[in-house]
Amino acid sequence: MSATFVNARSLDEALAALAAGARPVAGGTDLVVAARSGKAPLPDSLLAIHELDELRGIERGEGLRLGALVTHAELADDDVVRTRYTALADACAIVGSVATRENGTIGGNLMNASPAMETGGPLVCFGATVTLRSATATRELPLADLLVGPGRTSAAADELLVAVDVPAPPPGAGSAYVRLEYRRQMEIAVVGATCVAALDGGRVSHARVAITALAPTVVRVSEAETALVGSDGGAEAALAAGEAAARAAAPIDDVRASAAYRRAMAAVITRRAVAAAVARANGVDVPVPASDSTYGRG
Amino acid sequence: MKQPAVLEVNGVSYPVELEPGTSLLAAVRDVVGLTGSKEGCDDSECGACMMLLDGRPVNSCSYLALQAEGRRVTTVEGLAEHDVLHPLQQAFLEHAGVQCGFCTPGMLISATALLERNPAPTEHDVRIALSGNLCRCTGYDGIVKAVLAVGGQRY
Repeated sequence: MSATFVNARSLDEALAALAAGARPVAGGTDLVVAARSGKAPLPDSLLAIHELDELRGIERGEGLRLGALVTHAELADDDVVRTRYTALADACAIVGSVATRENGTIGGNLMNASPAMETGGPLVCFGATVTLRSATATRELPLADLLVGPGRTSAAADELLVAVDVPAPPPGAGSAYVRLEYRRQMEIAVVGATCVAALDGGRVSHARVAITALAPTVVRVSEAETALVGSDGGAEAALAAGEAAARAAAPIDDVRASAAYRRAMAAVITRRAVAAAVARANGVDVPVPASDSTYGRG
Repeated sequence: MKQPAVLEVNGVSYPVELEPGTSLLAAVRDVVGLTGSKEGCDDSECGACMMLLDGRPVNSCSYLALQAEGRRVTTVEGLAEHDVLHPLQQAFLEHAGVQCGFCTPGMLISATALLERNPAPTEHDVRIALSGNLCRCTGYDGIVKAVLAVGGQRY
């Protein structure tokens, strides 16, 4: 049982409390749930950051700047996210339940560093960077460098993720995040895949592919990207990308799936993500979330 | 160590003293004394504890009560107007949306949040909105019918 609780009134107050050993809580959808289910006790010193206006909101410039407190629901409902960063909308629309999406934040989802996190694949593929602040310093690093293992980040204990910057996607890009799921909601990815693909004159000019719940962190699959670039983005290219994803996967056996099943499904789900991303790049209206769609099936 | 706080539940302010780790559910049930919200799984799987926080659904079993200070908490007790049931409550009765009743407070709260955002939801919308609420009597059809009826839709 935690000994102290402080509700931070300013970012500076929060950063000072973190330096003194407090641990942050926003929506509580990982931290408090883990405590209730007996996985990990609540920290001794709790710092509530949910009222910090400095960490709110989606700023639109050339790209997007997401405050750490932006919720999955805000992202899934945002018109710009749905049209230009569709894979991120796909991911946010299927996190947990309505209550999870209303309370869970992007900062929390990233810092919890689950290899099965839904938002990581899309953000890595869009080339997102994160800003970490401590009482004494601010630094920015690629999201891919923040995620170092299951539940582990490269952030120091006194650093708070304050914002996520997502650059503008290349012109002509479409994107999709698809996960293998056993049920529609209250689910965690058994296997997930993201594809961002830009088309130029009928050929793929830019491709990013990442796999989720298939390695200790969300990882990009460069061999799949190479297979797509220069292709027409059709069924053959999607198949090749899927096979590359299966080769790159380092899955584990757990309660949700065996490693062998995950590896086999890596190919299938990646193929579907590629097909949905290319369809969107071609102007096809693939509904959000793409996990519902039938692109690339059969 | 207990900390003083004021929780606003269904429009009434309650001065309380809470441990830092006390859940919103425990605070509302055991300290405020409103026992309509239920504890099912106690880790955000079942939705029996669903409340609204500033109008948005939250699994209150897994939310720190002290984080609810300064915000509007709504529980199932806040839905009826005196002796007049909320339209959703009336519809649950009319469409047999209640069997054992344990999931009902959470179902009503999630459905309230849905109708606030989307006054005429489709069956798909209702099923997605209620997917964080489990009914172990498996009485989902009556529940979905009730919510659709309030939104003016047929099942």
